[in-house]
Amino acid sequence: MCLAIPGKVVSVEQSNGLRVGRVQFGGIVRQASLDFVPEAEVGDYVMVHVGYAISRVDEAEAQRTYELLEEMGALEAELPEESSGQ
Amino acid sequence: MKFLDEYRDARVARTLAKEVAACTTRDWVLMEICGGQTHTIMRYGLDEILPKQIELVHGPGCPVCVTPLETIDKALALALRPEVILVSYGDMLRVPGSNSDLFRAKAQGADVRVAYSPTEAVKIARANPDRKVVFLAIGFETTAPANAMAAWLAKREGLKNLSLLVSHVLVPPAIRALLATPENRVQGFIAPGHVCTVVGYSEYESLVQDFHIPMVVGGFEPVDLLEAVLMLVKQLERGEARVENQYVRSVTYKGNERAQEVVREVFVVADQKWRGIGMIPNSGLRLSDAYADHDANKIFDLQLISAEEPAECISAQVLQGLKKPTDCPAFAMRCTPENPLGAPMVSSEGACAAYYHYRRHAAQGAVKIAV
Repeated sequence: MCLAIPGKVVSVEQSNGLRVGRVQFGGIVRQASLDFVPEAEVGDYVMVHVGYAISRVDEAEAQRTYELLEEMGALEAELPEESSGQ
Repeated sequence: MKFLDEYRDARVARTLAKEVAACTTRDWVLMEICGGQTHTIMRYGLDEILPKQIELVHGPGCPVCVTPLETIDKALALALRPEVILVSYGDMLRVPGSNSDLFRAKAQGADVRVAYSPTEAVKIARANPDRKVVFLAIGFETTAPANAMAAWLAKREGLKNLSLLVSHVLVPPAIRALLATPENRVQGFIAPGHVCTVVGYSEYESLVQDFHIPMVVGGFEPVDLLEAVLMLVKQLERGEARVENQYVRSVTYKGNERAQEVVREVFVVADQKWRGIGMIPNSGLRLSDAYADHDANKIFDLQLISAEEPAECISAQVLQGLKKPTDCPAFAMRCTPENPLGAPMVSSEGACAAYYHYRRHAAQGAVKIAV
């Protein structure tokens, strides 16, 4: 229930004075309210929970963190495989 | 899928687990608060790739699990009225009430409808002006803004036939209550990433100060949780206690202020009963007086006879991380998702359900065949 998933905003429109968008999650597109993320524009990624976008994904932060993790992973891959102690 | 797949990368996950092992010098007990996080841990076996010194215990972050028995019984009583359309999140349908559950009521002819979003409750109310639509509005801080919008729209549009039966819970008072129990063994917390997406994490600083226990706001994918564990272990090994944010792509210190505004407009903090745990002061939300016309608790006159929980159900101890689901004698035998004794077995975020889906063979001592 507290699950929110990231999706890409593909269109934005006003409906009854409220901002809604069509958001793409992998292969499906669903409508979501963008009331809580006025800064989100087409092309941005948002976290959607029960049909409401609750944050705009900070791609710069995600990129930075991910690069650090990737480096760790790449380094690890270069080291000899340890036997998995089971 | 972008922003999901990368955080499920096995190579990165294994690297993080090895990093944790490299800096762990003693036993640590950590708690992840959110049921969604529990499910990821169980599903991907994160507890198994982490070093044995790290013990993960599961917290009460399952809003379906902690909805009071009385609330389920009220929803049932309302659903059975012919003029009522009871709208609920799907998860709530099989949660056992005193004598029945919404799914059974629906099978018996009650008009119970599943909604993915509170917006659907509003649409149903608009489309059925002659019926009384009651929306079972449950959740943590993550869901409060969306649930609030149902009430806000009802008021704005004068939808007199839409009301909310509210059962909202707040995380920090629950952590405080857990830390205050004498049996508490938790030394570090993974704070719930989507709750903090909405409310930020300034509230966790006072907890850290009062109890000197580190907290890391964590996401929900395997890489997120492993990174959060690593950050916690590093703090613990150094004797530090701070709030840190692992889930930087979604969480900021202040959180989502627009979402917080609508919650402040519609709800007020109130004492709240947590199923299995009991009453925790100022740990819930109720509709503010301005929304009395849309408050199912005020509009409907409900006399209920609530029974006790089945004696066998140990959900109270599971929700507080004192016992694991597999410690329960009824687990996977008398208590299954189809016939649950308590809520944690039926909710998609319940710890018992997570163990049932991902661990029950290990729990029952499956014999390994030597090849």
